Amino acid sequence: MASALVNVPARARRGEVIEIKTLISHAMETGYRRTQLGAPIPRDIIRRFVCTYNGTEVFSAELHPAIAANPFIAFSTVATESGTLAFHWTGDNGFSVTESAAIVVE
Amino acid sequence: MGASTWPPSPQRSERPGKAVALDLFDMGAPTWPPNPRRSSRPGKAVALLDYSLGRVVHRLCAAVGAVAIVTSAFAGEIPSAERRSGYDFMSRETRAMQDDDGANPGLLWVLEGGSLWNRKTGAAGRACADCHGDARASMKGVAARHPSFDAARGRPVNLEQRINLCRTDRQKAPPLAYESRDLLALTAYVARQSRGLPIDLAIDERTQPFLDAGRATFHRRQGQLNLACSQCHDDHWGRRLAGNVVPQAHPTGYPLYRLEWQGLGSLQRRLRNCLIGLRAEPHEYGAPELVDLELFLMWRARGMTIEAPAVRP
Repeated sequence: MASALVNVPARARRGEVIEIKTLISHAMETGYRRTQLGAPIPRDIIRRFVCTYNGTEVFSAELHPAIAANPFIAFSTVATESGTLAFHWTGDNGFSVTESAAIVVE
Repeated sequence: MGASTWPPSPQRSERPGKAVALDLFDMGAPTWPPNPRRSSRPGKAVALLDYSLGRVVHRLCAAVGAVAIVTSAFAGEIPSAERRSGYDFMSRETRAMQDDDGANPGLLWVLEGGSLWNRKTGAAGRACADCHGDARASMKGVAARHPSFDAARGRPVNLEQRINLCRTDRQKAPPLAYESRDLLALTAYVARQSRGLPIDLAIDERTQPFLDAGRATFHRRQGQLNLACSQCHDDHWGRRLAGNVVPQAHPTGYPLYRLEWQGLGSLQRRLRNCLIGLRAEPHEYGAPELVDLELFLMWRARGMTIEAPAVRP
């Protein structure tokens, strides 16, 4: 069951730098661990995170093994216009979660 | 003892009995009975950092003869003015993580619990919300008074068990497994509604025997290390066990997100961890002994503020 929390200010002034915080539920299994019987546990991680602001990419990140479970990604961008911020996480085993948040710029 | 002492201390050999037993936690000049305010002396903590568990065991074996002296010297219950949540022992960064709902990973479980709260389940086809309505009102303070007495079972039940009782009795659904994602999510969602409220257990003649049993467990030496909960959490809180500060063991934030676990866990998971640390055989999840201990710990933390879901290192 995948769930994500995003934290975007509901309102901002034009030109203001806003902080965006995201948190997603994911085990981030490294692929380097083994079970008690010695069988390798296959890698299962989020590979890529992208944030688009009204369709334009404003932030992206590549994720790797050894990033902790439930990755928390915080970044900032400039509030340019009212609209939607879309967040997209993709990873191993077809993992794909999309979340969005509205922002009003005045 | 001579070969294993570190750092070398000339006084030690002059005090064969007490000093040997005390060295389990204290590498400096022995003081007994221990004083909780001792934590203000930073030098001690550094010395303890190098202390491996193996060395502790070695010393325990060497100290068997001195054990009888120590049992009579409890520091006793922590006065209410000196009670501190595990939160106070954490780093600034971890505290910030707990305080910010945008960064606290426990909120992921709360979010999930919120959707489970409204989902119809079981043969009765009812959701939690169908009886209890809005959890923000109906579940306020519930976590602050659990474990609470259940008349049908004739004993106290903790919050997880209460949720499962509701599932089996009212929703006619199978109980959720302990530490399963769904049970943790529901518990976190319910506990979240008590955040900021003081722990307020109702102790009466029905719950008193279970409270006493929990208290006895807390003070009973257990496991191959032959340690009681109270020896760390009443007598030596604020000092270090390996790299970690020994907290006072107030269960104010459960279920909580432990960075070491990389996930949310219940109080019983934590208690089982501690028992394994003592090299005692841990009780099964839901065991009466663990619930009694939970009851005692919540009573011991009465009046302290619920932080659920907390973050701990």
